[in-house]
Amino acid sequence: MPITTADVLDYLQEVADVIGANKEHLTDLDSAIGDADHGINMNRGFQNVLKKLSSVEDKDAGTILKTAGMALVSSVGGAGGPLYGTAFMQAGTAVAGKYELEAVDLLAALEAALKGVVMRGKANLGDKTMVDAITPAVDAMREVVQNGGSTLEALKRATEAAEKGMKDTIPMLAKKGRASYLGERSVGHQDPGATSSYLLINAMLEIAQGKGQD
Amino acid sequence: MKKLINKPDDVVKEELEGIALAYPDLVKIHYEPNFVYRADAPIKGKVGLISGGGSGHEPMHGGFVGMGMLDAACPGEVFTSPTPDQMAEAAKMVDGGAGILYIVKNYTGDVMNFEMAADMLRAEGIAVQNILIDDDVAVKDSLYTAGRRGVGTTVLAEKICGAAAEKGYDLQKLSDLCRKVNINGRSMGMALTSCIVPAAGKPTFDLGENEMEIGIGIHGEPGQERMALKPVDEITEMLALNIIEDEAYTRTVREWDFGKEEWADVELVDPPFQKGDQVLAFVNSMGGTPDIELPIIYRKLYEICEKKGLTIVRNLIGAYITSLEMQGCSITLLKMDDELIELWDAPVKTIGLRWKA
Repeated sequence: MPITTADVLDYLQEVADVIGANKEHLTDLDSAIGDADHGINMNRGFQNVLKKLSSVEDKDAGTILKTAGMALVSSVGGAGGPLYGTAFMQAGTAVAGKYELEAVDLLAALEAALKGVVMRGKANLGDKTMVDAITPAVDAMREVVQNGGSTLEALKRATEAAEKGMKDTIPMLAKKGRASYLGERSVGHQDPGATSSYLLINAMLEIAQGKGQD
Repeated sequence: MKKLINKPDDVVKEELEGIALAYPDLVKIHYEPNFVYRADAPIKGKVGLISGGGSGHEPMHGGFVGMGMLDAACPGEVFTSPTPDQMAEAAKMVDGGAGILYIVKNYTGDVMNFEMAADMLRAEGIAVQNILIDDDVAVKDSLYTAGRRGVGTTVLAEKICGAAAEKGYDLQKLSDLCRKVNINGRSMGMALTSCIVPAAGKPTFDLGENEMEIGIGIHGEPGQERMALKPVDEITEMLALNIIEDEAYTRTVREWDFGKEEWADVELVDPPFQKGDQVLAFVNSMGGTPDIELPIIYRKLYEICEKKGLTIVRNLIGAYITSLEMQGCSITLLKMDDELIELWDAPVKTIGLRWKA
C-alpha cells in the first residue's frame, strides 16, 4: 500500500505532536551540551509547518515537503532551521510531482534529506550530530528496499537503526555545533539533534503502522 | 525564574515594541520578519552593514544600529540564530545600491542562516559578502570543533566597519577591513553564574557557590573548565594571558568569491600579539556583573598589558555583549593601527554607543 499525500500530511501532524510532547526532553538534552533551545525551536518550527499546510493540501508530496522545509527555515532559527529545512526541501525535490510514494520513493527522499544535511552542515559520521541518526537509518532502509522489502519493513529497520545511531552518540566527542566547544565534556550525553532526527524517522513508522491497521 | 517579563514567548517582540517607542529618532522596527533598522535608511551609495544573532546579548546587535555603526540588526529568539528571511528582508530595506556586508558571529546556526540569506539576496541581484567573527581563544583548535566563537571583537568590528562604511569604503574594502579586525582581535570570557533562557525557565547550568566557569561563550553554554573561585586579579590574569600569549591561529572560513561566483574556503591566520603593539582593551560585563567590578578588572589588565609590552591606546568598559543576567566578564584585546584608531574615534550615534554625535 503506497504512502499517499494524505499520509504525508498526517506524518507532519504526527511530527508536530511528537516534537511538542518531547519539547522539554530535547531542550534538556540541549542544556547539557548546547544552548537549551532545541526543543523550543523545533516546536515553534513544526507549529509553523502546520499553519502552512492548508494551502498545499491538494498538492503533490514534493510540494508539501518543500513547503514544510521553507516553513522550518523561516521559523526555527539556530542550526536546526537550515538543517531540517534543507532536509525537507531536498526530500521534497526527490519526490517532486508524486502523489503516491512506494518504498523506493521513500528511500530516495530520505537519501536526499541526508545529502542536504551533510551539504549544509558539513558534518561527518561520528561527529555527534543528526547525521549519526539519519545515516544508519538510510543504510538500513536501502538494504530492505534493495531486497524488495515492504515500506513497513523498511521503516521498521530504519527506525531501529536511527534509535541505535541516536544512542551511539552518547559516548561520542562532539566535533560540530555548539557541543564541540565542550571537548571531552560532551562525552556521555546524547545528542539532541540525533534525538530529534530519530523522532522524525520513528513518526514515519507510526504513520505506516497506523495505516496497516486501517 | 524571576524576570521582568510578561510571557516568555513575547519577550523579543515586546522588547522591540519598547525600542520603537523609545528611540524613534534612531531606529525603526520591522515585524514579521523582525529586524531593527536605521531610521534614515537606506543611505544611497553606502554599503549596508548588517549583523544579527540570537537575542539575549543586548545591547548587541539592535543597540548598535544607527549612524556610524550598523544599518540593520536581525534579532532571533533568545540565544537562537535569526532566520534567512529576516536577514534578506533587512538587507533589501537598507540596501543603498553599494551592496551588503553581513557580519556573522561564528556559530553553526548563524553561519548557515546568513549563508542562506546571502544566496537569496544574490538571486535578486544584490552584492553581498559574509565576514565571520571568530575571536574566542578559549576554543583551542578548529579541526575538531566548529571553530572559535564570535564574541567581544564583534562589537569592535561593528563600530569600526560602521565608521568605514560611513566614510565611503566600498564592499571589497569594507570586507577586508572587517576581516582585519577579526584576525587582530582576541577574547576570552568567564562566568560566576549561569543565566536563565526565558522559554526554558531554569538556569542552563548549575554552578556552585564557590565555583566559576572559565572559557564560556555568550549563550549560557558551559565553558571548557570549571574551577574554584579566585580573586579578580587572578581571574583577569588568567584571561589576559590566554589572550596575549595565544599563538597564531589558523582556520578555514567560507566567503563569497565574486570572481568565480561561488562560496570559497579561505584560510585565515591570526597573528600573535607582539611587544610594542598598540591595543584597544575591552572589558565587558556578561550582563549581571555590576559596573563597580569592571574597573577592577581593567586596573589589572592595564598592569599586565604594560608588563607584556602592549600599549592600551583606547578602551571600552561596560556591558556591550551580554548573556542575559549572567554574572561574569570577558576581555577583548584588538591590535590597533592608525586606520583602526581613526575609525574607532569617528562619530557614532546608536542606543548602545554614542560619541561625537
